[in-house]
Amino acid sequence: MKFVNEYRDPSLVRLLAEKIKKTAKKNWTIMEVCGGQTHSIVRSGLNKLLPDNIQLIHGPGCPVCVTPIDLIDMAIAIALTPNTILCSFGDMLRVPGSSFDLIKAKALGADVRIILSPIDAVHIAKKNPNKEVVLFAVGFETTAPTNGMTIKMANDLKVVNFSLLSSHVLVPPAIKYIMSDPESKVDGFLAAGHVCTVTGYKQYHELAKATDTPIIITGFEPVDIMQGISLCVDMLEKQETGVKNQYSRVVKESGNRQAQELISDVFTVVDRHWRGIGSIPSSGLDLSSKYKTFDATYRFTIKTDAPSLDSGCLSGMIMQGKCKPSDCPHFGKKCTPQTPLGAPMVSTEGACSAYYLYCDKGSS
Amino acid sequence: MNNFNCPIPHYQEDVITLSHGSGGKQTSDLIENIFLSPFSSEEIKKMHDAAFIPSIGRSIAFTTDSFVVDPIFFPGGDIGTLAITGSANDLAVCGARPIYMSSAFIIEEGFLQSDLKKIVASMHQAALSQGIQIIAGDTKIIERSTGKNIFINTTGIGVHMVDVLPEPYRIADGDLIIISGDVGRHGMAIMAKRNDLQFANPLYSDCAPIFPMIENLLENHVELHCMRDITRGGLATSLVELSELSSKHFIIDEELIPIAKEVESACEILGIDPLFVACEGRFVLFTPPKYKQQVLDILHSFETSKNACVIGHVDVRKSPSAVLCNSYGIERPLYKLYTEQLPRIC
Repeated sequence: MKFVNEYRDPSLVRLLAEKIKKTAKKNWTIMEVCGGQTHSIVRSGLNKLLPDNIQLIHGPGCPVCVTPIDLIDMAIAIALTPNTILCSFGDMLRVPGSSFDLIKAKALGADVRIILSPIDAVHIAKKNPNKEVVLFAVGFETTAPTNGMTIKMANDLKVVNFSLLSSHVLVPPAIKYIMSDPESKVDGFLAAGHVCTVTGYKQYHELAKATDTPIIITGFEPVDIMQGISLCVDMLEKQETGVKNQYSRVVKESGNRQAQELISDVFTVVDRHWRGIGSIPSSGLDLSSKYKTFDATYRFTIKTDAPSLDSGCLSGMIMQGKCKPSDCPHFGKKCTPQTPLGAPMVSTEGACSAYYLYCDKGSS
Repeated sequence: MNNFNCPIPHYQEDVITLSHGSGGKQTSDLIENIFLSPFSSEEIKKMHDAAFIPSIGRSIAFTTDSFVVDPIFFPGGDIGTLAITGSANDLAVCGARPIYMSSAFIIEEGFLQSDLKKIVASMHQAALSQGIQIIAGDTKIIERSTGKNIFINTTGIGVHMVDVLPEPYRIADGDLIIISGDVGRHGMAIMAKRNDLQFANPLYSDCAPIFPMIENLLENHVELHCMRDITRGGLATSLVELSELSSKHFIIDEELIPIAKEVESACEILGIDPLFVACEGRFVLFTPPKYKQQVLDILHSFETSKNACVIGHVDVRKSPSAVLCNSYGIERPLYKLYTEQLPRIC
């Protein structure tokens, strides 16, 4: 595959591993923000190619993992409402709510549709005018434009039976939150390349200054990640802070203006509760008042029981880089992909599922 | 007085109704019009309650499988082809020549008779091409849900071609692991069709009989320790199951696993791992290294196994597991598919 295989080239990966080994004199801890990067690292075994003094820890960039449990409960309750279709990406279906997940809701008779594009949800609404169609809109800045597009489309086409259950979250507030913790071990960040494709990285300059860290905008293939680590180690050794863009073939400093305008038009920034972590100020996106009628929380009066949180899951600690999945006493025992205690064990971007699938159980 | 206009609804196509499952005249008509001619074995024609099988003189292999694929028609095949070929392939990997089969249908009312005819024709063609006689059958009709569902169960009988059967416990240290072709075609073709995904290079199922290749290998006295057809759960699940059953350690070279470009691209876009995607015409075999060239020569002489290759070996290590060694020299354990792979958010 052109534009993919070049970035998986074994000789380049080995070359970069050697370079990192030569450059790294001190102990450094680097957090890759995005769960997609975590899976790429663990699946390819890149962590095993690094010298012992370079530690990778895994960040909160798994949108499925941080979606608050009360929102999952609400999605399940909406799905079980008669004459309702809930549209979702496949990842969300296995995330445990307080009692069960959307897969079980489907088995209990809920009409849950797996979509490949958010636009499909609008088409489903058009085809089913007598049903309420709700899109469970989860994701970071990456998916916000396409989810926002559904609102514009539904508005233009007057699809009145369509609404959005928004659980969008934003990356920079999460990075700031992690670095505000005095126990944080993070020396540098690999920022999520696809998020920056939308947002650009102008605001990351200020973030790097505020957190006194190097931030490398990084892609997702093994060569990207090794190059990101190499750039980060280089800056750390030189005691530099600031932003570098490893993923320049995709990310521009100004980002995608059209997508940014769409986000500003459709959404408004709100405080958001991150599952396992807590409330982070100005870290979420809800529908703006202009599009309130498309907000599922406005359209549905759903009362869910107070969420049950005591599953023993350490996801919050893991997503802040305070421990690794293999440090959790439940990992691979009580908590498996078949019996998950938390979302990181089922999401394709969750650190726990990456460790479970690609490592010897219990090893790092 | 007004002229009442009360047109009798007219449907262009005949559909299956609950009466076709009543056991009465309409059931007989359905059997006669749709099943009897294509499934024209002597035993079927007798219309008795059970088929008689003459003594075969060797041990037999016996298997059963149910087919619920959606969509029922897909690029490269349909549920009928799959129902015959799937059970025949299960017999073949046990070293048995498929000879008899039963077929039982569960059909929803509202199902188009024309579609049923197409499916039965596919079954007939698949059975005929593999020398299989369909000697027993059953049809049940269930109440309408979507009017598009049909489920087929086939049960197959095969006669063993060898005295020492290929079985997981015979897998030995040093055996080579050979795959008969590229993986993931069937599952991705189904996913593309189900979700109406258009790719520049269309995806076709690999649904095909594997007995011809296995027959040739056995007739040429290749020592086959074990074989398995790769279906649900894909190559990875098959390998993990066999490592557990044989208590052996398999090392698979990730770079050697053949994956067609169009399958690789579709998987990449959707976030699907091709090693867990279903095949319907591929198998892995375990053989001592001295048979390597002979096996490859035989497999390469068939169109459906022209991409056969060695993908790994059975290691002397004692831990029963299947590990994948990637191009960076890093090993990771394979695992059994634990749930359906779902397209991811981003």
